[in-house]
Amino acid sequence: MTVLDHRHLAAPVPGWRPDATGPRTDPAPLLPDESPHRVLGTPAAEKADPELLAELYRRLVVGRRYNQQATTLTKQGRLAVYPASTGQEACQVAAALALRQDDWLFPSYRDTLAVVSRGVDPLEALTLLRGNAHTGYDPKATRTAPLCTPLATQAPHAVGLAYAAQLRGEDTVALALLGDGGTSEGDFHEALNFAAVLNAPVVFLVQNNGYAISVPLTRQSAAPTLAHKAVGYGMPGRLVDGNDAVAVHAVLTEAVERARSGGGPTLVEALTYRIEAHTNADDATRYRQDEEIAAWREHDPILLMERHLRGTGQLDDRLAQAATEEAEALAARMRAEFHTDPELDPMSLFAHVYAEPTQQLAEQAAQLTAELDAEEQAR
Amino acid sequence: MSTAVETRTMAQALNSALRDAMRADESVHVLGEDVGALGGVFRITDGLTAEFGPERCLDTPLAEAGILGTAVGMAMYGLRPVVEMQFDAFAYPAMEQLVSHVAKMRNRTAGRMPLPITIRIPYGGGIGGVEHHSDSSEAYYTHTPGLHVVTPATVADAYGLLRASIASDDPVVFLEPKRLYWGKDALDATAPVEPIGRAVLRRPGRSAVLITYGPSLPVCLEAAEAAKAEGWDLAVLDLRSLVPFDEQTAVELVRSVGRAVVVHESTGFGGAGAEIAARLTEKCFHHLAAPVLRVTGFDIPYPAPMLEHHHLPGVDRILDAVARLQWED
Repeated sequence: MTVLDHRHLAAPVPGWRPDATGPRTDPAPLLPDESPHRVLGTPAAEKADPELLAELYRRLVVGRRYNQQATTLTKQGRLAVYPASTGQEACQVAAALALRQDDWLFPSYRDTLAVVSRGVDPLEALTLLRGNAHTGYDPKATRTAPLCTPLATQAPHAVGLAYAAQLRGEDTVALALLGDGGTSEGDFHEALNFAAVLNAPVVFLVQNNGYAISVPLTRQSAAPTLAHKAVGYGMPGRLVDGNDAVAVHAVLTEAVERARSGGGPTLVEALTYRIEAHTNADDATRYRQDEEIAAWREHDPILLMERHLRGTGQLDDRLAQAATEEAEALAARMRAEFHTDPELDPMSLFAHVYAEPTQQLAEQAAQLTAELDAEEQAR
Repeated sequence: MSTAVETRTMAQALNSALRDAMRADESVHVLGEDVGALGGVFRITDGLTAEFGPERCLDTPLAEAGILGTAVGMAMYGLRPVVEMQFDAFAYPAMEQLVSHVAKMRNRTAGRMPLPITIRIPYGGGIGGVEHHSDSSEAYYTHTPGLHVVTPATVADAYGLLRASIASDDPVVFLEPKRLYWGKDALDATAPVEPIGRAVLRRPGRSAVLITYGPSLPVCLEAAEAAKAEGWDLAVLDLRSLVPFDEQTAVELVRSVGRAVVVHESTGFGGAGAEIAARLTEKCFHHLAAPVLRVTGFDIPYPAPMLEHHHLPGVDRILDAVARLQWED
């Protein structure tokens, strides 16, 4: 395989000098992975930190239960919608664990579990999808951007935030989570280009789960891999088995640390699969076969981890039971919380449009107050 | 800061506002295509990179969604970005960032994440620009809750409103009437300026009110001058800000005068004038001697430069409208 590098930058135009925030000029290869990076099932797994393995396992189990319970809640009408990350839990928990507390996460709508795994309250993380408000958690306090519904539009935000941190001399890193469909959007390309030109400390994780709603990857991109897209922007691309939590964690940790130490952005493509439909509103049987899902179930992230832990004697019944109990406790809390309707303040509609409401908004707030009073009188 | 009263062009006043804002607050950062060494194609950012360095006045890749999206992240981290969109129609690729994120971030985070971003957009025609260089896109922005939409028409307002926009904790779409860039006037940077959201009466009058903003203000003032020959005493109200809209001032003035024409050069259908005329009709109906009229550009794509003078509202078209206000009663 040809090693792609920055040799063309070795001969810049006369007078051109790379500045501190300019693109990288080292000749390190941009695309080192010929096949997805794997740890579980390889000899490298023997060297993995047992504490990390136990933590990843626990979070995978709890995360799977979270996905299942949230999906059930949509069927009961308790959540407006839930785009499950079932089957993608390894990407979600590894993303959260690769970051420091003061780093920033920029999630898409399917990344609730990454948000929760980062420490955001599991119920607050579902506010958008429940439908009672847009963002339940405090982005600044949790260093987690709002769940982003438009595709890839959060990627330039991650670049800007990381660039701002760099300007301030702080070693904060931003991690943007995207799907395979998002790589077709203009904002994805603009974000990667800006990140590389600004040498911003940002990492892009594309969770390639095979489908953008119903459109398969072959209709999404003609590139050999999505990680290849990094080359054109001048940043390293890494390809990883997205169901191998240890591998995703290793690749992301390396990318985050490269960003933190001034090495610039990285594009990571994680190969994974969406076991559930796009959302509860989708009928996945119209565009994919049962055999395909069955094959991916054999490559399930929890299965891979359990197989390794059992094989090396690191998973005993006590650890397994503790994870299960934590998962059931979370599911029970979700059921209890979502069983009742939230109390919402209608006047909050006008509270946060502007710092100071306009005259027109003040009049509309008065109108709603009058309508509510009339309703109250009629009762 | 400039303290002496000096004669400045609007372009120079905008440049001074940026420089003074950057001197006063190191969180203010300017970014956009060509804003660095070139100083912007209209020279509004002239000298900023030399004084503040390429990190505070940043030449970016040519990608408007990327520019504005990057500014969103910068604002999330506590900076005050001032973005330049080179021409009105070049801002459209950034529309999703503007509508879905810039305008909504305060709201979708329940007030926890305000975005103090100023988006400077040179707008409007009359400079002989070819296609995509003369759009008046204010209606797209005024239709988006969460954005302030501001447009100066005087040298003093160019300075004062830009300083106020940069200081605002809400995102401001700052529309610069590019055909007024080279108009000169006295500028005292220390003089107080009416804040964003307040209209200013540029000329009192008892016969009818011309309500306008940005590039149409000088045209309206010229029309008011010409109207004297007809025996008409026209008031001219400069809105200065479309959002917030200073409804109170407009309503009081129109009630007292009884006749009004809204003038702007952008397309009339679904435009700012339609909104203003509707509101004034609702609130001033019993004080009106005639319907509130609009004088606007035609409902056509912005024409080629050799035809644009037919499209842009001029003095005669304004005076025709004033005549149509059932003058005989």
